[in-house]
Amino acid sequence: MTAVTPYRSGLRAGRDGFAQLLRAEWTKLRTVRGWMAGLTLTTLLIVLLGVLFATGSRSSCMNGPIEVPCPAPPTGPGGEAVEDRFYFVHQQLDDDGSITVRVNNLTGQLRKPDVTPGVRNVVPGVTPWAKAGVMIKQSVRQGAAYAAVMVTGSHGVRMQHDFTEDVAGRPGGAPRWLRLTRTGETIVGEESADGSRWTRVGTARMATGRVRVGLFAASPGDLTVTSNVIGGAATASRFAEVTADMDQVSVRGVAPGGSWTRDDIGVTLEADGTPHHPGGLVRSGDTFRITGVGDIAPALEGMPAERVLTGVLAGLVVVIVVAVSFVTAEYRRGLIRTTLLAAPRRGRALVAKAVVISVAVFVFGLVAAAVTVPVGRALLAGNGNVLAPLAPLTGLRVIAGTAALLAVVAVFALALGSLFRRSAVAVIAAIVAIVVPYLLATASLLPDEVARWLLRLTPAAGFAIQQSTVTYEQMTARFAPAEGFFPLPPWAGFAVLCAYAALALALAAHRLRRRDV
Amino acid sequence: MRREIHAEWTKLRTVAGPAWLLAGAVVLTVALSALAAAVVSCATAGCGQDAARISLVGVQLGQAMVALLAVVAVCGEYSTGMIRTSLTAMPRRTTALAAKAVVVGGLTLGAGTLAVLGSVLAGRLLLPGSGFTAAHGYPPLSLADGPTLRAAVGSVLYLVLIALLSLGLATAVRDSAAAAGAVIGLLYVFPVVILMVADPEARRLLWTLSPTNAGLAVQTTVDLASLPIGPWAGLGVLAAWSAASLVGGGLLLRYRDA
Repeated sequence: MTAVTPYRSGLRAGRDGFAQLLRAEWTKLRTVRGWMAGLTLTTLLIVLLGVLFATGSRSSCMNGPIEVPCPAPPTGPGGEAVEDRFYFVHQQLDDDGSITVRVNNLTGQLRKPDVTPGVRNVVPGVTPWAKAGVMIKQSVRQGAAYAAVMVTGSHGVRMQHDFTEDVAGRPGGAPRWLRLTRTGETIVGEESADGSRWTRVGTARMATGRVRVGLFAASPGDLTVTSNVIGGAATASRFAEVTADMDQVSVRGVAPGGSWTRDDIGVTLEADGTPHHPGGLVRSGDTFRITGVGDIAPALEGMPAERVLTGVLAGLVVVIVVAVSFVTAEYRRGLIRTTLLAAPRRGRALVAKAVVISVAVFVFGLVAAAVTVPVGRALLAGNGNVLAPLAPLTGLRVIAGTAALLAVVAVFALALGSLFRRSAVAVIAAIVAIVVPYLLATASLLPDEVARWLLRLTPAAGFAIQQSTVTYEQMTARFAPAEGFFPLPPWAGFAVLCAYAALALALAAHRLRRRDV
Repeated sequence: MRREIHAEWTKLRTVAGPAWLLAGAVVLTVALSALAAAVVSCATAGCGQDAARISLVGVQLGQAMVALLAVVAVCGEYSTGMIRTSLTAMPRRTTALAAKAVVVGGLTLGAGTLAVLGSVLAGRLLLPGSGFTAAHGYPPLSLADGPTLRAAVGSVLYLVLIALLSLGLATAVRDSAAAAGAVIGLLYVFPVVILMVADPEARRLLWTLSPTNAGLAVQTTVDLASLPIGPWAGLGVLAAWSAASLVGGGLLLRYRDA
């Protein structure tokens, strides 16, 4: 009898942890020249297209016949670009005090698109955010801190301060009593229907010291959007002014017998020095009839940071191709059999693949965005363009978010590649899911509401992470995807994309476990 | 050449993919065209809309399916290894590619004709409901009208040329993922990149050089003077792209290992 000893390899068994899987997948990605070339191409496309856009965009303004750099918009206390133009009738207030007024009515006129070319078509009307009321402002400089309580065209009573803050009071319009009371650093805004029972609308803080207190009126332009179905829409803001009748004015804390000063804050001047669309005050006895043009709100002036990142669209296509090939190539070459022999827990193998491709794409995307945003902005500024201010944290979110967007799309494409096992089908499916809805929504081809739904429901919602402009309800603008405004907040939009990627990856893992290779 | 064409026809006929893609091309084209014809409105006389172009807008979606057909026809052979059998049986490689071009082009011609006829019919039925009436200066869409006929025939030829362009590109690239990405990038992303060029002269030049923008000029029936390039000349630009891509693909196929 010979005892048969079963064969045992002399090699020590290797570890089969997740780290080994990651290393194996990274080796595969790293050693295929085409894939590394593809990822490098992504970076180059994003940077070069951004630079191309930035070098080509020039802007300048005319001061009469002379070309001058465009003036930067005024900035508010928080550093944001603001619109600060209104008619102000005011007195000096050194310390504590208050102002009370009754707003009897708001009337106004709007300029509508010309019916007969060359003839101004002005109709009576009040824009939704036309406003008039009482204000305490640190100085008459544009952008200075303020607190105001006001009656608006169709948004009821509002207490607003420092441009970005807006608190709604009761709905409804004039007649309405309004009051601002300053005690130390606190300013309280109140409203009343009859002048005896008062309701608090909101409070604001303002440094102590000498300020201006008075009455104001302002009306943002009348916004009309004319859409042209096969190729864009035109947004126009036309002249609008509001006139408010106010009486029962009582001011406490000012010098006795103090006189009213008038200021048309921020009025644009014609070349000959006369004001363009001036406001005004007509005073008869105790009645103040104030007419104002302009707006007091955060502004959308300047080019937002994400405009230089349009090359991401081209980069995405390359990322999708690389991510799909990263898995379909295994099927084509038969490597998938080796992979799954070495890592029999198939779901884990797929997750390792997703981690490797997403980290690699994130790094390449991060380099691209971190170069493109500052370089593009510097080039744009050098060409005389006004840039929208970019807060450091927002800038970080735009840059890292762009890289994350690319990385999550890579995971999504990888999952589709694993699901379909056919590269061409998976590439087209990923592009149709992400790039096409984005193009359709932003090209003004669809009605605004349809475009918004596309960017809520499809994976293209993830592009919201790139939006750097903050929107406020009190701004007058066309908040459509075609103008760069996404319907979802940045992180919510990104979460929609992540949900799609996670769903696709889960389906792919399920399918991979259940199906022969 | 007849034998090569027969071989290529057999290869495409006996797998399910191409038939589905062709059906998809017809359905997507007609569906998008019908949708556009239903939602676009022409409220007053002289609204400046191009009725023929609106009813043919689906071609812009259908072209993706046609391009995918060409990519699958070429790259499918590389991914399965069939290409080695094909080239053993047909050692004259350029003839083999020409045969493939004839078959893919012929299939696209058939499907494209169906898609365009369906789109024109949808436009004829739906556009009057959107305000494109004789009172507003729009007679019912009809192929008897010269410019409309040119737009329709041009759209069919456009689809065929897109198929040939994709075929040449796919032959050069060989990998189906990369080929699909390259074709889609050329068809959809290139026009967006053009919008980023600020210089109007350069933008106009790039517009006339872009295969989709220039090629689709053939669909325009109103305000021809404002186009940077004439309708047939635009289709000529696309034809030049297709010819260049087929020649390039053919040369690479001829001189490269399979």
